[in-house]
Amino acid sequence: MSTLLDVDNLWVKFPTRNGIFDAVRGVSFSLGRERLGIVGESGSGKSLTGRAILRLIRNPGIVEAGHISLHGENLLDKSEKDMRAIRGEKISMVMQDPKFSLNPVMTVGDQIIEAYRLHAKASKSEAYKKSVEMLEAVAIRDPKRVMKAYPHEMSGGMGQRIMIAMMLIPNPEILIADEPTSALDVSVQGQVLSIMDKLVKDRGMGLLFISHDLNLVSQFCDRVLIMYSGRIVEVCDADKLHEAQHPYTKGLLGSLPKFDEPSDRLQVLTRDPAWRDAPSVEGRA
Amino acid sequence: MSSTHYNPKRQPRLPLPSWLKGTLVTLASISVTMLGLLFVTFFIGRVMPIEPVLAVVGERATQEQYHAAYLELGLDKPLIVQFSYYVWDVLHGDFGMSLLTARPVSDDIGRVFPATMELATIGITIGIVLGVPLGVIAAVRRGSWIDQIARVVALVGYSMPIFWLGLMGLLLFYGVLGWVGGPGRQGIFYEDMIPSVTGMILVDSALARDWGAFRDAFSHIILPASLLGYYSLAYISRMTRSFMLEQLSAEYVTTARVKGMSEWAVVWRHAFRNIRVQLITVIALSYANLLEGSVLTEIIFSWPGIGNYLTTALLSADMNAVLGATVVVGLIFICLNIFSDLLYKIFDPRSK
Repeated sequence: MSTLLDVDNLWVKFPTRNGIFDAVRGVSFSLGRERLGIVGESGSGKSLTGRAILRLIRNPGIVEAGHISLHGENLLDKSEKDMRAIRGEKISMVMQDPKFSLNPVMTVGDQIIEAYRLHAKASKSEAYKKSVEMLEAVAIRDPKRVMKAYPHEMSGGMGQRIMIAMMLIPNPEILIADEPTSALDVSVQGQVLSIMDKLVKDRGMGLLFISHDLNLVSQFCDRVLIMYSGRIVEVCDADKLHEAQHPYTKGLLGSLPKFDEPSDRLQVLTRDPAWRDAPSVEGRA
Repeated sequence: MSSTHYNPKRQPRLPLPSWLKGTLVTLASISVTMLGLLFVTFFIGRVMPIEPVLAVVGERATQEQYHAAYLELGLDKPLIVQFSYYVWDVLHGDFGMSLLTARPVSDDIGRVFPATMELATIGITIGIVLGVPLGVIAAVRRGSWIDQIARVVALVGYSMPIFWLGLMGLLLFYGVLGWVGGPGRQGIFYEDMIPSVTGMILVDSALARDWGAFRDAFSHIILPASLLGYYSLAYISRMTRSFMLEQLSAEYVTTARVKGMSEWAVVWRHAFRNIRVQLITVIALSYANLLEGSVLTEIIFSWPGIGNYLTTALLSADMNAVLGATVVVGLIFICLNIFSDLLYKIFDPRSK
C-alpha cells in the first residue's frame, strides 16, 4: 500500500505557567489509501494530532516532529503560503459540530463555492454547477434551495453532509474527520458515515477518522490507533479489536455494555500510571 | 364528539402584505415610545420649581395680566388636558417660544441641530474609519506591539478630559501652527455669505459651489470633529477588538483556514462579517451620544450646537427650550434604534 502521509515523532506542546505541557508526546504513524481510526478519551491528544498535520495549532502551541511528510515532502518545512495550497486541496478536515463549523452569516452555496474556487480556476457559474453536483453527491435533496439557505436553516445531519461536500469539493487526497458524528443523532450518524465512506472510497482517499467511539471505529475503519495521554498505546486491525492486548484498550472495551453477553455490572476502567510513561507504539502499517 | 380532527382557534388576520405589517408595527412602536418620551418631559417640566406664568409675564406684571397669561397657558385645566394640548402642539412642531432668544424653539433647534449633526457625522466617520480597522488588527495581532499601541491610544482617548485636549489642540494647531481655523463654525469673512439650505455649512457651501467657504468651514470643523472622532475611536476600537477575539476563536474560522484561505480573507470575509451586528449597536450608540451634543467640545470651540443650546437654556430656566431640545434628542435616539434594527435584519440572516 502506498503511503500518503507519514508522521514521525510528533510532539505538540503548550507553554503554561507551570512549565511546558506536552499534549501529544512522540506519535508516529503512517496513512495510506485506507481508513485509519484514532481512538482515545478526551485529552488524549487525538484532535491535536489531526490539527498538527494541517499545521493549524495556533500560538502559543508548539509543534515538533521528525517529519510530517505528504508524498515525501515535509510539511514542517513549508512556508505558510505553501501550506495554504495544501490545506483544502491536498488535506482537508471535517469538524465535530456543523452548528459551529459553518459560518452563520454566509449562505451554504457561498461557502461551498468559495472552497472550490480557492483551488480551482473556475468561473462562478462553473463553481455553482459543481457545488450543486457535490450536494447531490452527499444526498441533499433539492440542492438548489440549499445553496441559497443559511446554516441555521439546516438540520445537524444536513449540516454535516454540507460540511463533507465543502471539504471534498477541491478533491483532496486525505480527509481528517475529527469526531464527525459526535454531535449528531444516532439515527443520522449511520447515514453521514456511509456517505463519507462511499466518497472516500470512490476517490481513493486516505481517511483519518478521529473518534472516542470504539465500536464505531471498529466497524468503520481498517486500522485503529489507540491513544492515551498523548501517546499511541496500541495499534490493531479494526476487525481484531476484540483481541487487543493493552489493558487500556481491554478496559475501554470492557466498560461498554454488550447485548450478546449481558452482565449485571460493567467494569470500571482503572488507569495504571505506568501507561503514561510507556513508550509510544509505532503506528506504521 | 366523534370528530377528532384538529381545529385550531382561528386568529383574526388582517389581509396585509408582510412589509406593510412590518412598517405598521414599527410606526406603532415609534409612536408609543414617543408618547412615553413626551409624557416624561411634560411632567419634568411641571415639577420643576419654576413658575411658568412669571417666566412669561415677568415679575412686574399686574394681577390681571398674570391671570390672563395663566388662562392663556391653560394652567387652570386638569394636567391630563394640559398634556393633550402639549402633545397636540408638539405634533404640529410647536414647542413654544424660547425666553432667551425670543424666537420659536423649533426655529432655534432648526438652527442649532444641523451644526451638531455636521460635527457629529464627521466625528463618527473618523471614529469608524480608524477605529474599526485598529480594533480588528489589534485582535488579529493580539499581544503584539500593534495591540499594545492600540491599547494605549484607546486608553488616552478614554481618560483624557476632552476639554483639555480641545484647548491644547486649539493652542497648538490654531495658535502656534495656524493649520486650522479657530473657534466657531466660520471665519468672519464668510459669515452669512452662504444661503442656508440644510443648515450644515459644508453641505450648503458645496451646494452653492463656493469652495472658499467650504475650505473655511472645513478648517473650522476639522479640529473639534477630530477630537470627537478620537473619543469615539477609543470606544469603537476596544469593542471591535473584543468582538473579533470572540469570533476568531470560533470553529468556522478554523473551517475557513482548513479550506486554505489567506489570513486576510479569513479575518475580513469570515470573522468580520459576524461582528457587523454588534458593531452597528456600538456605532449607533456612539453616534447618538455625539448627536446629543457634546457640551464641553461645543463650548470650547464656540460651536452653536444643540449641546450648547440645551445647557444655556437649562442654566437660564428656559423650560420651553429645554423640553423641546430634550424631545428632539429623544427622537434621534429612537430613529437611530430603528435604523440599526433595520441593518440587523440585513446583516444577520438569523434575525429574519
